[in-house]
Amino acid sequence: MSHRETDEHSGVETTGHEWDGIRELDNPLPRWWLYIFYGCIVIAAIYWVFMPSWPGVNSYAKGMLNQSDRVDVAKQLEALQTQRGAEGAMLRSASLETIEADPKLQAYALAVGQSVFGDNCATCHGVGGTGSKGYANLRDDVWLWGGSLQDIQHTIQVGVRSEDPQTRQSQMPAFGRDQILKPAQIDDLTEYVVALSRRPANAAAVARAAPVFAEQCVACHGPQGKGNVALGGPDLTDADWLYGGNQADIREQIWNGRGGVMPAWQGRFSPETIKALAVYVHANAGGQ
Amino acid sequence: MTVVIDRTKPEAPKTGPVSAAAKARAKGFTLGLYKPRTPIYPKLVHGQWRRIKWILLIVMLAIYYVTPWIRWERPGALPDQAVLVDFAGGRFYFFGIQLWPQEVYFITGLLVIGALGLFLVSAMFGRLWCGYACPQTVWTDLFIYVERAFEGDRNARMKLDAEPWSFNKAWRKIGKHAVWLGIGFGTGGAWIFYFHDAPTLITHFWIGQAPATAYIFCALLTVTTYAFAGFMREQVCIYLCPWPRIQGAMLDQHSLQVTYLRYRGETRGPHKKGSSWEGRGDCIDCNACVVACPMGIDIRDGSQLECINCGLCIDACDEIMDKVERPRGLIAYDTDAAVAAREMRQTPVYKLLRPRTAYYAVALTLVSALMIWGLTHRSALDLHVLRDRNPMFVRLHDGAIRDGYTLKIANRSFEAEDVQVSFVGPAGAKLRTPGAKVAGETLSFRVEPNEVRAVRVFVTVPAAAIDATNMPAAFSVRTGRDAMTVKTNFLSGAANAP
Repeated sequence: MSHRETDEHSGVETTGHEWDGIRELDNPLPRWWLYIFYGCIVIAAIYWVFMPSWPGVNSYAKGMLNQSDRVDVAKQLEALQTQRGAEGAMLRSASLETIEADPKLQAYALAVGQSVFGDNCATCHGVGGTGSKGYANLRDDVWLWGGSLQDIQHTIQVGVRSEDPQTRQSQMPAFGRDQILKPAQIDDLTEYVVALSRRPANAAAVARAAPVFAEQCVACHGPQGKGNVALGGPDLTDADWLYGGNQADIREQIWNGRGGVMPAWQGRFSPETIKALAVYVHANAGGQ
Repeated sequence: MTVVIDRTKPEAPKTGPVSAAAKARAKGFTLGLYKPRTPIYPKLVHGQWRRIKWILLIVMLAIYYVTPWIRWERPGALPDQAVLVDFAGGRFYFFGIQLWPQEVYFITGLLVIGALGLFLVSAMFGRLWCGYACPQTVWTDLFIYVERAFEGDRNARMKLDAEPWSFNKAWRKIGKHAVWLGIGFGTGGAWIFYFHDAPTLITHFWIGQAPATAYIFCALLTVTTYAFAGFMREQVCIYLCPWPRIQGAMLDQHSLQVTYLRYRGETRGPHKKGSSWEGRGDCIDCNACVVACPMGIDIRDGSQLECINCGLCIDACDEIMDKVERPRGLIAYDTDAAVAAREMRQTPVYKLLRPRTAYYAVALTLVSALMIWGLTHRSALDLHVLRDRNPMFVRLHDGAIRDGYTLKIANRSFEAEDVQVSFVGPAGAKLRTPGAKVAGETLSFRVEPNEVRAVRVFVTVPAAAIDATNMPAAFSVRTGRDAMTVKTNFLSGAANAP
């Protein structure tokens, strides 16, 4: 029991605590502070009743309002679907052509597509969709797997060399790495491919490579090197090169037979999102 | 002759009744920085100016309350409200006119016209706006009317305020404030109808479905109306409003203003019925003009900042002049020049046309003409061209270059328009839009009324036509009525690279 006394100067009782000769006055708490404190106690009690509060062993007291952030997110997603409303529903039922031709649906699909593209596709294909070495340019008129709305939609659904059983599949052999062809033959083939794209090449090498091309390459690239969309065989006569168009790039491609992977997006996106994305990609490639 | 009142010097002690403002001023000199408000109890007057004020009050309140309910048929889903500031839709509708946000300069023009109109009217007729048309005056008048209905006229109100609290005092005060708040709520309530479809909003408002802004602004205007017209009254004019300060620059000796004819009124003094008027002025110092004044001033002190030219003192004085059988017009709308002339027994000259008024009139005419020309000649068609920046250009398999553009075509008319889009630039350019079957020289887009349609347009230029990395180009749009061309560029990068 500490000793209580009254401070002479202020006439207030002290708490009896003393530190180095300094004694503490026992002034009452300010009233406003006290009332707020009581108020907080009352609010805390109310809070326990309505909001999640007490932890249990396996669960917790959920409170009368049943408030939960998880439920809120579900509600917000539901609200978003409602908000998308008519256009969202139309996107589900309308054909790709209809979506692209109708001004309102097109604007809606482009908006959805842009957002989805930015979040998921831009990583490889670039924000503008122009791709880079090894990643396809989606803005030009060259399409390995076809550039129609349906082709694009299908490619997005199943991906390329993905884990989807239906995936777009092509595999160029690694002619050099796997020693299918000799280095000299590959040098000649490189000249041949350069010649295919109407650029000056070593005529003797081109002549030497012709039978090799006919034997090894025509199955996918076609006898004229025009490619084959059904097999994903690229056109070698145009100015578009996935892995680069100079001699060293071409030789490296023949040597290693590289091929990238695009994930299958069906299952990750709803069908209407894929539709919107297909329209977005198609429209931004000129809509042909 | 302009009477200059020097308030830096204490006023000479006056005999007879003292105006409320004079009392407050006297207090202000002794009590520090801020002047306490002296309550003003304006007395009801009868007369022509009071009648005009009643009529204008009814007319202007009617305009304010009725306008949002006027319907005006517009095609399609456009709102059918004649006057509507549609913030959500970004449109301002005024009967047959609709303005888009980028045409806000028409509103600026309207404000310029309003200001010039005010200048012109002030230079010719004084502060007519303040006395008759200003919302502060109109609502204050209405509030005083309510006050009078509950508490009686000036003397009864003064007596009531001096009394201790009683049931009689309480119900009169509560009643007055309740009606004031009601009017305030009505004011705020009518205001929000200008921003939303009125019939929809009025039901939504009561079931809690109206936008938050509607409730906020309704509450805001309820409070400001209640405070401004109920409590602040003349203080708003004297301390808050810039116009009384500015108007000194508009007025001159030829401007009409409420004037006490000093030469005729002085020497003032009480007058006994039947006694002679010889050797004295017509003013019998009855104080009727002072007690009638809603601003609490004594007009006999000359023209002053507080005077809103409402003419109530004229009515009050005329009534007295009739009673004492002297000619009316001891206080009247008059000009300083005319008063001075009459004092010299010359014929007063009224000059409405002066350099000042001519300038204002010419400026007003010019701005109005410009506005009307702008409104009647504005194009219903508008075009904005946004060139794709990523990618800036795309090279196609045959070496041709394709640039992408987003065109925003605005149709400000009330009818759907087929807009023809063409491209002026490198030779052989072909246009294509997603969803269209073929590419061509021109494209056609249907733009719904009162809408902006954003369309993607791709321009393909064959390799042979490309001779620079950056080529000037332009898009043209045309409808049956309007046409417009907007410059842009066609970028081709390193066009001839392999």
